[in-house]
Amino acid sequence: MKLKHLLTPLASAILLATTCAQAELAYVSNEKDDTISIIDLETMDVTETLDVGERPRGILFSKDYSKLYICASDSDTVQVMDLATKTIIKELPSGEDPEQFALHPNDRHLYISNEDDALVTIVDTETSEVLAQIDVGVEPEGMAVSPDGKIAVNTSETTNMVHWIDTTTYQLVDNTLVDQRPRHVEFSKDSSVLWASSEIGGTVSVIDVASRQIMKKISFEIKGVHRDKIQPVGVKLSDNGKYAFVALGPANHVAVIDAKTHEVVDYILVGRRVWHMDFNHDQSLLLTTNGISGDVSVIDMDKMKAVKSIKVGRYPWGVKVKP
Amino acid sequence: MRLRQSSLSAITLTAAISFVPQCLANLEISIGYLHQEIDQGPVLSNILPEPEDSGLKGTELAINDSNTTGRFLKHHYQLQPVRDDDPDRLIQKTDQLYQSGVRFFVTNTPADTLLKLQSHLPDDAVLFNAGSPADALRSDRCIANVLHTLPSRAMLTDALAQWLKAKRLNKVLIISGNNRDDKAYTAAFKRAAKRFGIKVVAEKAWSFDSDLRRTAQREMPLFTQTKEYDVVFVADERGDFGEYVLFNTWYPRPVIGTQGLTPVAWHRVVEQWGAAQLQSRFDKLTGRWMTSKDYAAWAAVRSIAEAVTRTRSDDTGMIYNYIRSDQFELAGFKGRKLNYRDWNGQLRQPIPLVHPRSLVSQSPQEGFLHPTNELDTLGFDRAEVNCSNPS
Repeated sequence: MKLKHLLTPLASAILLATTCAQAELAYVSNEKDDTISIIDLETMDVTETLDVGERPRGILFSKDYSKLYICASDSDTVQVMDLATKTIIKELPSGEDPEQFALHPNDRHLYISNEDDALVTIVDTETSEVLAQIDVGVEPEGMAVSPDGKIAVNTSETTNMVHWIDTTTYQLVDNTLVDQRPRHVEFSKDSSVLWASSEIGGTVSVIDVASRQIMKKISFEIKGVHRDKIQPVGVKLSDNGKYAFVALGPANHVAVIDAKTHEVVDYILVGRRVWHMDFNHDQSLLLTTNGISGDVSVIDMDKMKAVKSIKVGRYPWGVKVKP
Repeated sequence: MRLRQSSLSAITLTAAISFVPQCLANLEISIGYLHQEIDQGPVLSNILPEPEDSGLKGTELAINDSNTTGRFLKHHYQLQPVRDDDPDRLIQKTDQLYQSGVRFFVTNTPADTLLKLQSHLPDDAVLFNAGSPADALRSDRCIANVLHTLPSRAMLTDALAQWLKAKRLNKVLIISGNNRDDKAYTAAFKRAAKRFGIKVVAEKAWSFDSDLRRTAQREMPLFTQTKEYDVVFVADERGDFGEYVLFNTWYPRPVIGTQGLTPVAWHRVVEQWGAAQLQSRFDKLTGRWMTSKDYAAWAAVRSIAEAVTRTRSDDTGMIYNYIRSDQFELAGFKGRKLNYRDWNGQLRQPIPLVHPRSLVSQSPQEGFLHPTNELDTLGFDRAEVNCSNPS
């Protein structure tokens, strides 16, 4: 408190300037442009576009937000970008065609799905060492590590399974059959429930992690949209445990689901072919990437409505917000 | 709390008991692939011939895909391909496969041979037609225990006619080759034209035998000098003269049909909806592009495997019934789930419209509505089928 009083107006001006410069930034991977767009969430403008490897898809931050990991699918590598200098400082041996990945809570082990090789590759991000490669189903896609760090799960799009991997032994321990073309998996904060979207099946399976059995299959209905065009992809759970958001692909809507009752409570209209999502830090905004319209929709969580769309590159795929 | 826990473990236990015996059952599924080699005769445009193993490689890829999945369930699939240019010898070889226990067959044969095979095989054999686009098999000559994964000519030409309508290209000149297949393709297009209100301004049969590679620029304009048209439809399934119609018509108009803008089950240019992955897996296996017949054969094997995975059974009747039920869904890399029409066993599917280097469109076109499923605006709908005993 005392310290605060001691601050001269000049120093507080400097402090203010730095906080402004540290507005939240959304990083968006543009699959067809080989770039990352950076959106300033204060001004809602793209402030920078960075060249990265070929066909960037999945992206995620290191725990301290100093690094961005990028699946450069067609370059067959995971790139590591230093966010202070915005340069690629390292390329990790990811196996072929990395599409999605997940970082273990230990902040070191990266679980990568290799779409062309029916493999999950585990890489130590510090030593660049490949720790294990695990055989999974055809076209591995969705990847998640439970917040408690015990289990990694992968979905295979053509095999239609959720594969459960023990993170201590790197062994595949079980498989759960879900609907056609499982795309994305997301754990609840307490690691007890797994949400898995099935793009062609048109459903989201809510799976009990302990028994690895499906507790509930959620389906969707939007007036004026044929049910075959409702194709769930990205899933995002709010930290307060109230909602699950599901991006419905060519249906151009995000479904809002009551995370407790598993009932759909609303549909939010966004851009075309909505793919993946991320919250800003206080979860007042939800950002979606829209592949065909080439933009990002910003959803106001109070209004449950898209309030802004921001043009980015071609085929925006992943989005992650840095506080 | 204690009660809740114990009841929960009881549930888990029952789930485990009911799950384990099914899950541990080893299943071995054999699938026959029957290919009748057809001599298409000499064609003028022979630069890019259809690969000889078109169809076969599709089944091989599907077997690989299915075995990767099967590994987790202890299901194993194997392919038993046979080929012959003589239908009777092919039937004999099929007989041997049946005797050895094979019940699922993917066929790449003309319609006549398929009819013979079906009437020859006992009732518990299930055939997937991945070789014949014949409309009769889907309309008035439906046969039992046969499913069709290759689109019919009617589906292909309906896809074209919808696109014409969407583009407001309403007046068509038809050029048809002289063999039976070309005439069937033309007949299908005329049916489509009638359904969607496209006007045929003139119809011409190609019966010349000059070497068009040298003379197309001189002869084709004269041949296509008719009443004015918006578009030229060509029926030349073998690829004899059709390639030489493009850019040589009297009116400078687009060419559609078997050449130019072509409706297909599959083509290298199809990349959306995860198709890029299927294409690259196929390319890795074969070193060539995946054809419509490869796709149809792939879809057939994948349908069988999908039904085995879901039913956890190798019972032919159960698998066949599951495939034909409304529970069945196949992820076919075409943007929506695929299933079979219960009135004629045809696999419902969107039809890509392509030219050799790019995807132009995909039918059904937007706005062509159907009371139950827009995909049924392509091909023979329930009311148009006249099968006394549909398969």
